Amino acid sequence: MGRIKYHKAAGLGAILLAVLLLLATGCQSQHRFIKKTAFKGTKAIIITFAAPVDETWATDISNYRVYEKPDPDIQLKIGSIVLSNDGRTVTLHFEEALNQNQPHMVTMDNIMSEGKSVGSAFVKVKKLYLGVLFSVLIGAMLIHNFVFTKYLGLCVFFGTSQKKSTAVGMGITFTIVMVISAMMSWALYQFVLKPYHLDYLQIIVFIGLVSLSVQAVDTILRKINPMLFKAFGVYLVLVIANCIILAVPLILADNEYNAWESLMLALGAGLGFLVALFLMSSARERLELANVPPTYRGLPIAFVVAGLFALAFLGFSGMSLF
Amino acid sequence: MCPAVGISTTVMNGLMLGIAVLFVQVCSSCTIALVKDYIHPRIRIPTYTLTIATWVTVIDLVLSAYAPVAYKAMGIFIKLIVAFAIITMRLEVFACKNTVGKSFWDGIGMGLGFMFGMVTLGFFRELLGMGTLLGHDVLGFRPLLFFALPLAGFFCVGFMMAVFNYVELVFNRMKKKAG
Repeated sequence: MGRIKYHKAAGLGAILLAVLLLLATGCQSQHRFIKKTAFKGTKAIIITFAAPVDETWATDISNYRVYEKPDPDIQLKIGSIVLSNDGRTVTLHFEEALNQNQPHMVTMDNIMSEGKSVGSAFVKVKKLYLGVLFSVLIGAMLIHNFVFTKYLGLCVFFGTSQKKSTAVGMGITFTIVMVISAMMSWALYQFVLKPYHLDYLQIIVFIGLVSLSVQAVDTILRKINPMLFKAFGVYLVLVIANCIILAVPLILADNEYNAWESLMLALGAGLGFLVALFLMSSARERLELANVPPTYRGLPIAFVVAGLFALAFLGFSGMSLF
Repeated sequence: MCPAVGISTTVMNGLMLGIAVLFVQVCSSCTIALVKDYIHPRIRIPTYTLTIATWVTVIDLVLSAYAPVAYKAMGIFIKLIVAFAIITMRLEVFACKNTVGKSFWDGIGMGLGFMFGMVTLGFFRELLGMGTLLGHDVLGFRPLLFFALPLAGFFCVGFMMAVFNYVELVFNRMKKKAG
């Protein structure tokens, strides 16, 4: 029974991941000589080339024509052009702020690279918002996994990773409470604390809010779905003792994320904790059968195993998706 | 437990966090001991949490003003002192039943214990990882750079626990022989 459940969950996760990947990668088609285009700030566009381009060509404003996709007749005025030292990156500075919600089209005539022309290019610059959200999600889940790369929530992590069933139950409960409390604290911070300059109260407010939302979930679940409560109720108390649930609102407040990014970060933090718990519990179930030296039995070996997992997760570091 | 892994990379970091925890523990112990007669038993846990959160805010603001470098190194861990189960537990077990004076010394004891653990971890990690102590070059070379990585904290804590287990094992064996 339990096994079927895991397979279903894994299948669903894989499909979701595939769809997201398709969405994120499927919407960019570029000229072969141009590696990347992106907005920078509110008034600039960055274009990265595959090889160094000539400075005389690159800094000549008349070689570029930029317009917003819906109205090709209105050319946007370029103020200045900066070429990076390695000659591969050109930054177009505009006189007015760009409307980044619309894709922009950039035409470049006769690109000169090392004295030769490589033809003209016509490329699209757009903000991959879905990509940004996806990278926040994956970042919180794997690249900056809260357990293995930020070393948070360890007490609960070691306490509940002895059995797979416990680990999955804790992970799911934690993810749900995490999302609810993070969204609530985001709203409270953005609409109450910040406008009234009460930022310094954030620790007190957030911890109160977290305990409150745990209590609320507890009460609501008890009334609405007693079966579910029986399965997950025990973990609810442990959620408060987990410092990740407090760390996420603090990170959201520090980084000024918007609502969707906050949702993704909270979801990623919860799922990352679930992944960490699942991996660890699988390893610890096998450890029960292993011949461990008596002084290392129990927690010490668990710490060493967690260290090995952390080493593996170090492989994700420095990875950037978009 | 989390900061023991995350930021005990040097003696200084361990010491700073130890001092912060000591401060929070002593202040909240005293506060709870002072007002314990006015707290309704049913809302005692939320009261403890809010008291701790207040003192953490105090130390957070003080450190960010007077020791910005150390504050940056410790990052979010200072704010997360709030979630230390050990402080709440001490309030529940000791401070709500004893006088202010007794709670004060209890808080000092607990804080020093934590500080000792953090400094010991930091000592080994800094010595083995960087070959320095408190920023001064002691060994002149770096024996195991690995220990300077933040994730080596997992291994260090594991090894330390194993050492304590070993000492306990040897002690028990000696006791058995003697008895």
